[in-house]
Formats: sequence, structure tokens, C-alpha cells
Amino acid sequence: MSRVTRFAARDPGPAARLAGFMAHLRTHGFRLGVGETETALRALDAAGAVQPDAVRMALKAVCAGCAQDVARFDDLFDSFWRNGGRVRQKVMPDRAAAPKHTRTSRTAEGQDSGAGGSPHAPESGKEGEAASEGEGRLVASRVRNLMKTDLREVVGPEDIREAEAVARRLGEAIRDRRSRRRRAARKGTMIDMRRTLRASLATGGEPLRLARRTRPDRPMKIVALCDVSGSMVVYARPFLAFLAGLMRADAAADAYLFHTRLVRITEALRDDDPLRALNRITLLADGFGGGSRIGGALDEFARGQARRFVNGRTVVMILSDGYDSAAPGGVGDALARLKKRGCRVIWLNPLKGWTGYAPVAQAMAAALPHLDLFAAANTLADLAALDRELARI
Amino acid sequence: MSDWETLRDDLARQGYVAQPDLAMALHIAVVLGRPILLEGAAGVGKTEVARALAQARGTELIRLQCYEGLDAAQAIYEWNYQRQLLAIRAAAEDGQTGRAVEQRIFSEEFLLERPLLRAIRRPVAPVLLIDEIDRADEEFEAYLLEVLSDFQITVPELGTIRAVTRPIVVLTANGTRDLSDALRRRCIYAHVDYPDRETELAILRARLPQIEDAFGRQIVGFVQALRREDLEKKPGVAEMLDFAAALAGLGVNDLTDDPVRLQATLATLLKTQSDRGQVPTEVAQRLAGKAA
Repeated sequence: MSRVTRFAARDPGPAARLAGFMAHLRTHGFRLGVGETETALRALDAAGAVQPDAVRMALKAVCAGCAQDVARFDDLFDSFWRNGGRVRQKVMPDRAAAPKHTRTSRTAEGQDSGAGGSPHAPESGKEGEAASEGEGRLVASRVRNLMKTDLREVVGPEDIREAEAVARRLGEAIRDRRSRRRRAARKGTMIDMRRTLRASLATGGEPLRLARRTRPDRPMKIVALCDVSGSMVVYARPFLAFLAGLMRADAAADAYLFHTRLVRITEALRDDDPLRALNRITLLADGFGGGSRIGGALDEFARGQARRFVNGRTVVMILSDGYDSAAPGGVGDALARLKKRGCRVIWLNPLKGWTGYAPVAQAMAAALPHLDLFAAANTLADLAALDRELARI
Repeated sequence: MSDWETLRDDLARQGYVAQPDLAMALHIAVVLGRPILLEGAAGVGKTEVARALAQARGTELIRLQCYEGLDAAQAIYEWNYQRQLLAIRAAAEDGQTGRAVEQRIFSEEFLLERPLLRAIRRPVAPVLLIDEIDRADEEFEAYLLEVLSDFQITVPELGTIRAVTRPIVVLTANGTRDLSDALRRRCIYAHVDYPDRETELAILRARLPQIEDAFGRQIVGFVQALRREDLEKKPGVAEMLDFAAALAGLGVNDLTDDPVRLQATLATLLKTQSDRGQVPTEVAQRLAGKAA
């Protein structure tokens, strides 16, 4: 093991160094607040730590919060405390090492790979001049033509109305999930002893009125992630209409678009005017029709927004064809991470409707073991027909 | 010797061989009065930590097993309805009614303590084990946070009950579901991994001293090799001990001696059909040969 770091002479003391170490961990994605620094100081005191290894273990117990943190802690500890180099060098975040926040929404990657092209201005969008001239176009010219159009042309108001009805139906199919908890109710299978007894006091101990408890239905929340990469553009119409309808039908639902990055479009889709909503998405979805990074986008979602919006009562709906330009392992890992939040994952693949389709796209194959439902959908009618399947998952 | 090493030795005397970082985390949690969250695969001895800690400190172990839908009536307190009904009847015969009866039946006497309430009312701080917290739902996790920060519980009929002593709280999780950041932040964290060869050997010696050293080495080597195979459910420490006990019971003292018996005792290690299929006689013999 290398030498102990030589700190600058004007360094104020151990407490400040520890604060520096906490900052060092923070830049490497640990979620630590001021409270943890204080706890760490107290822990060092409690551990009576004078041996380097004892210090290491004590700080690890306080600072690490999950298995990945534990795995990375030793290296970070060494780089700060046990390196011959100067401190300053160590505190600098290392861009090459890609400080990946293990538990935050801020991922370093995903910012740098946005497709080229100028912002999509809605006024000029009609003739398609402002569409991205992006790289990696996979689809034929007809598709490209479509791609150049404003989303308002892709999806009409009547589509949205229709989709709203479909989304409402699906929502109802998923909605009711029996809770295992019980709650007071007028009609129920179990007697609520506590309330019954209390009421019986008024009637001299005779339980005349029986209070009951039941298992309430808890609403399930739908989170939809829609792939709008090049290969998916032809299916954009039903899917975007569906998302728009879903947002209007269900106040708890959440929607995202992804191509090379992930964009939350929930707020935009809730706009009162459906067409203005689509317009806002057009602006957000810069890079529409570009390459796809399914694994990256799902991973970004699982690490970021999912922490806030996905729990055991969520159905995550992925609308994608599974053609990923990145390594296929990412999709499986991201879905495994997502599943840990306790949600159900369904994947609607427009290609599955084709005869003779097999999920051979590597990303799709990697995803399959993690899915609760894998179904075909390329029109609104297909989506509407899903309600029975959804009721089962 | 520093304090955390003393704790490690105390645990060892209870038959629990803790790896140094776990002992350190436990020590810090105890001294700072913070809950400790133990995470790791099933069968690495997370629950066992709490038992050994309670024995080492000579206190009671209070266990709360979590499951989906766990609610206040099972986790905190419940009124003893049968006794309450009887008391109402008795009071009616004595001619008492109204407030007097109400006060009586909603008193301590009729309160059934469940683990959380019991843990904060012991005169000597117990070890409170909240097992498999990731199985409970989010509502319970949120409630637990409140109890763990204030150590007080409010019963509407009785008022707020404050902790007499602060229990040592041990939470375990094996990753069924992600825990909230709030809970993680409140806890001292230790990741419990499968023990390394030497630690596992020490565990085997502590629990089954009758097994000879060389044979013990072979058993541990075999189980460790088995964990590296592609299995659905890796054998834990408890399984290793079962395996050793089974072998000792059958009078085996070399794994390579008797392939048939070895294959039969594998039932203690491999608990699914497909895992059994993964380890046919040839594979088991190869692993056993290398383990020696």
C-alpha cells in the first residue's frame, strides 16, 4: 500500500480533512450531507481509531449506503488518504472516471450524446426545415419525411380523444390492486374490534353496531416510457397519442420519451390544449428520430426519476422495438435495477405483431427475463385490446 | 485492544465469527445509538448477528419479522379485545357505566405490546431485530423512520409513550426491493458478504468442533467452490453447517471417498431442482477433488 497523503502545512486539522474526504466521496456519487460528516467524526471517536484500517472500516460503516458504495469505498479511501500525491489533485473530480452517481438522478453520461441538429422551432416545423440533420439515420426516406413534420401533424386531436378512451380503459384494468392492509369501511369482511368496542360503550357494553374493516383497493400508477428513436418513428402516431391520452385520463400517470436521452414529458402533456401539449413536446424531444440508447435511457430512468416516481404500486410501460445501438447488457441491468423498486414492467413492442417475429434483437433478449408482460402493440386498437392482459399482471 | 475488537471477540464467544468491518460497524452503531442496516444475500448470517449481539450483551432479543401488509396492530400495539369485553360485562354487573369503564378498559392493563412498543419499554436496552425490512411496504418503512428517530409511540387513548431505554436496532434486508434513501441515511450500514475461506472455517470450528480440521477445510473449500458455480440460489453459511453436520452424521470423513453419499448430502446445499441439475456427480467430484 502506498504512503499516507502528505497534507499541506496550512491545513487546518483533522476535522477539515475529514470534511475534504466527504467532499471527495460526494464528487464520486456518494449521497452524503452535513449530518454524515458529523456522524463520521463521532464514529471515529467511538472507534478509538488510530490504525488506518480501523479508520477505513469506521468511515465505511458511516459513509457507504448500499452495496455499490461499499465496493467502491476502498479505492476512494486509498486515493484520498493513502496516496503520495497532493490533496488538491485528489479532490478534483476525475472526468475520465465518469463519476456515476449511484443514488442520484444526475448521471454524467447521457448529456454528451444528444443528437445533432438545431432546436425544433414549431413555426418552421411544418415544412420540416428545422428538423435535426442528425447522424445515424436508420430508416428509409419515407420515414425521414415523416420525421421532418411537426408532431402536430403526426398526431391529430381526434387521435388524442380516441387514445384518451383507450388509456382510461387500460387504467381501469390496472387500477385496482388489492392492498394487504386493512382499513375501516362500512362494508367489509372483518370486524373492526377497536371501533366496535368503543361504540359498544355507548350502549352499555352491547356491541350493537359492528364496525368493519376491509382490504382497500389501491390505485396503480402507470409510468410510460416511449422510444422515439429513428426505427420507432413510424409507430410514433399511436404511441404519442396514447401518451397524450394517458396523461389526460389519469392524473397520477407519468410519461417519458427517450431516444439518446430521456425527457420527462408529463408536465408538457398535461397542457390544457392537446395540440399545444404536442407542440411543447416537439420542443422537448429534440433529437426525435435519432439513434437509440435504450439501455442508457432505462438506466438513467432507474437511477434517477424512478427513485421518486416508481414504487411497488407502479406499472412501468416501455414502448420500444428493442433496437439498441449500445451494448445489450445495459438493458438487462437497467431493468433489473428498475424491478428492484418493486414495480411491474411491461414492454409493448410494435414488431411483435409481425408474423415470425422472434425477440432476437439483443437488447430485447436481455430484457425478456425481467418483464411481467411482453406484448405486441402498433395501433391504438392493439393497445385497447391489452386491458385483459393487464388486469392479470 | 480497542473496543470494536472486544466486541468482535464477544461475538466470537457466542459462536458468531464477524468479519472486521462488520464488527466495526456494529460497534459504531452501538456507541452512537444509531440503527444498523445489514444488507446481503440470503444465508450469510444477518439475522444471526442480532442474536449473537443480544447474547454478547446479555440482553433480550426482540424480533419483528416484516411482511407485506404489516400494520400497527402487529408491529406496535393492539388492545386486548376479549379482556375488554369481559371487563365491560363485569363493570355492568357492578353497575358502573360511562367514563369510568372507558378509562379502565383503555388502560395499560389491556394493552398488548407488540415488538416495537415492547422494545422501547424494557428497563434494559434490548436488541430489536427488524428482519427483512424490504418485505414490508413503503407505509411501514415511513412509520418506522418516525419511531427510529424519536423512539416514542403515540397511543391515542393513552398518550405518548417515550422510550425508557434506547434499543439497539438491527435492520436486515436482502434486496427484495430498494429501501428509501431516508432510511439508509439514518442507519449505519454494513454489507454482509459470504465469508472468506478462513472466516468460514472459523465458523465451522466454532459450531461443529467435532469435525476434523483437514475435513473441515475440504468442506469449506467445496462450498466456496460451489458458490462460484452458476447457481440460482447460492448455499449460505447455514447450509454449509447443515452439510457438514449431515456428512458428520453419515460418518463421511473425506468428500472424494463416496460419490453417492456426497450426492445425497448435496440436498442440504442445493435447494432448487435446476441447481441440483447443475451439479451432477462428475461436477461434484471435480469440485471435491479440488477442495482438498
